[in-house]
Amino acid sequence: MRVLILGATSPIARLLAGRFAQDGASLYLAARDSGEAQRIANDLAVRNGVDALSGRFDAADFSSHGEFVQRVVSELGGLDGVVLAFGTLGDEDAAQVAPGAALSTIHQNFTGAVSLLTLLARILETQKHGFFIVIGSVAGDRGRARNYVYGSAKAALHAFTQGLRGRTERSGVHVMTVKLGTVDTRMTWGREGAMLTVSPESAADRIYAAYRRRAEVVYVPWYWRPIMGALKLIPERLFKRTNF
Amino acid sequence: MNPGDDQDRSAVHYKHTTLSGWGHFPALDCDLYRPEKVSELAEIVTGNSSSVIARGSGRAYGDAAVNGGNRVACLTRLSRMLAFDAESGILRCEAGVTLGEIIEVFMRRGFFPAVVPGTRFVTVGGAIAADIHGKSHHRDSSFGAHVKSFTLMLASGEIRRCTREENSDLFWATLGGMGLTGVIMEAEIVLRRVESAWLQGETVVASNIDEAIEAFERFDPIYDNSVAWIDCLSKGSALGRSALDVGSFAAPDGLPSSKRQQPFRISHPRRPTVPFNFPAFTLSGPMVRTFNSAIYINYRRSAGHKLFDYESFFFPLDSIGNWNRIYGRRGFVQYQCVWPLAESRAGLIETLEAITNTGRGSFLAVLKKFGQQQGMLSFPIPGYTLALDFPVADGLMEFLERLDAMVLSRGGRVYLAKDARMRAETFAAMYPKLAEWQQVKVSADPSNRFSSSLARRIGLSPQ
Ligand SMILES: Cc1cc2nc3c(=O)[nH]c(=O)nc-3n(C[C@H](O)[C@H](O)[C@H](O)COP(=O)(O)OP(=O)(O)OC[C@H]3O[C@@H](n4cnc5c(N)ncnc54)[C@H](O)[C@@H]3O)c2cc1C
Ligand SMILES: NC(=O)c1ccc[n+]([C@@H]2O[C@H](COP(=O)([O-])OP(=O)(O)OC[C@H]3O[C@@H](n4cnc5c(N)ncnc54)[C@H](OP(=O)(O)O)[C@@H]3O)[C@@H](O)[C@H]2O)c1
Repeated sequence: MRVLILGATSPIARLLAGRFAQDGASLYLAARDSGEAQRIANDLAVRNGVDALSGRFDAADFSSHGEFVQRVVSELGGLDGVVLAFGTLGDEDAAQVAPGAALSTIHQNFTGAVSLLTLLARILETQKHGFFIVIGSVAGDRGRARNYVYGSAKAALHAFTQGLRGRTERSGVHVMTVKLGTVDTRMTWGREGAMLTVSPESAADRIYAAYRRRAEVVYVPWYWRPIMGALKLIPERLFKRTNF
Repeated sequence: MNPGDDQDRSAVHYKHTTLSGWGHFPALDCDLYRPEKVSELAEIVTGNSSSVIARGSGRAYGDAAVNGGNRVACLTRLSRMLAFDAESGILRCEAGVTLGEIIEVFMRRGFFPAVVPGTRFVTVGGAIAADIHGKSHHRDSSFGAHVKSFTLMLASGEIRRCTREENSDLFWATLGGMGLTGVIMEAEIVLRRVESAWLQGETVVASNIDEAIEAFERFDPIYDNSVAWIDCLSKGSALGRSALDVGSFAAPDGLPSSKRQQPFRISHPRRPTVPFNFPAFTLSGPMVRTFNSAIYINYRRSAGHKLFDYESFFFPLDSIGNWNRIYGRRGFVQYQCVWPLAESRAGLIETLEAITNTGRGSFLAVLKKFGQQQGMLSFPIPGYTLALDFPVADGLMEFLERLDAMVLSRGGRVYLAKDARMRAETFAAMYPKLAEWQQVKVSADPSNRFSSSLARRIGLSPQ
């Protein structure tokens, strides 16, 4: 099996790649920081004895995506699955006042994903097999004063992957949407008010287990489903005054 | 200058938190960073002029990886294995890789770290910085003896490769240098070849300290590993009664047929965990006495030739998660000292007597014989070493100072990776290569960017 990991320098993605490697998959690890991606590739190769390639991509540099995807497919000698893990909170304060910052957050979480998923889906659909694991966030379930720009990008990503699932299912391509809760990574390190934080190991294990049972929309960990379910029921009038 | 004054220069986030070592004493407020990329580490080291210390798994007992009121950089996320050569057994990896991970990956391929301490959770960076010793010290010396090279990030952000030939002064100052010369980023370490996950050996019971010493002298030439558990509450003619475990990795043909098929496979029992800090009374004198006697009696029953799985031989305490909580909220202090060979017997007797006289039972007391020394500040010197645990209680610090004086008068020394309370004068008198080390420190880190609570307490960097 040949799997492309987009955003491989995320610790969640690194560990998820490790689960695929343990099962013998060949990997292509892609991130903006190609030096780090190479270190992770070496690590997976040493630990699991698999082939691991690495390369650079920038989610926000749309015009480079076509060539990037071609290169991945030719270097891996084909493609069986994609893990889309890139994403960033961006500069939340700037995003509230500067359109440039807000759009940058949207591109790095959503528009870039649209561009890449569209290109990659064409390949998987044509060959009539493959899978996508797309990492979204519980932040996409309800807009919050603090990080609604990021949240809206993830919400859009959820809707996009939902539609993609409906379309590609017919040609044997499975799409899984992960709605991730708080994970202990650089994204949350030192931030106040992080609740119910789980380790990246635990997150990766749960995501991999969900992938194995071909889940469609999965909350990780599961308890975020009832939590978000309850949060969504709070009337807007009250919710806007809370500190969530 | 306060940490965080120039926080804006470094985009890397930190967490303001209370940190301690494995003994939960002392616990101090620090700004904790946890780089996940090499570039973040450089930003942390150079982006702020307040002092910083590297931290691995925090298994040092005292304040070595704590930097009260200052910055700490935890390296556990920089844990990539970069290359392995099965021919030479050389592994190149980042400093945050733990020995446990190395065992998990390489045991089944027939390799094992040449030196392991009493817990597998330590990182390669921590193993080099404390130049740790294992149960094979009489044969293999310390961890540093199996390090071919490492890269060190200096205060300027410059990265130096250090070997016995290249930047050799930094090499010897960093082995055992407790993180004060810079941040160890990567290392090349030589793994040893093993043929199974089992050790063929014996348990030997010694009814007093002389028999224990005699047993080390008799078995060390035969076996690669040896360690003794002392019942340090027994007195008089039974002073120092102990049980010795000795063993060497077994070849498959030495294994029973049931294990010969899969010689690298052992079963991993579920780890029980100590769920909370025990209340203070649980470790009172009678409890410790009962525990020590029970261990001894149990050993007496099981003495003789044995097959040990490597986990229960090397890492008996790892089978109980968070065992440090049994000492309660105030925490505990480890005291590990070594005497030169000629003074070892007298030193052991003197120390064990001091303990039995005050009735301060040590829950665990471990005895081991050392071989050759490595780095300038490395702890092991040829002789016998004793490691003791004491719950923090009134009068303990005074008692340990008495032990310090006794150890010092015999030319012995105390281990920094376990220490939480030694005085600067005592330390300086115990480590004769200190001046040489200071010279390397001054030229590598003139502004004392790398400092820790331990360093300031014992005078390795200014207050
Ligand atoms: C149950 C138990 C049993 C033990 N048994 C033994 C034993 O048998 N023999 C023995 O020698 N020790 C033993 N120890 C002590 C332990 O091996 C050492 O303290 C070791 O240094 C801990 O490694 P760590 O990764 O946890 O480092 P930490 O405790 O986090 O740090 C220890 C020191 O290493 C420095 N350091 C860590 N990483 C780096 C880095 N990347 N670059 C520069 N400096 C760094 C820190 O600054 C600090 O000075 C034991 C500890 C426990 C808890
Ligand atoms: N941590 C949490 O609590 C949490 C909660 C919910 C959802 N998530 C989601 O989980 C995923 C992983 O996040 P993480 O927590 O592991 O954080 P992380 O370590 O910051 O990982 C983010 C990843 O995205 C990549 N990336 C960011 N911008 C990019 C761009 N423009 N082009 C290409 N790659 C880019 C980063 O690689 P480079 O920096 O090398 O480019 C990195 O690999 C993200 O999608 C995040 O939104 C996380």
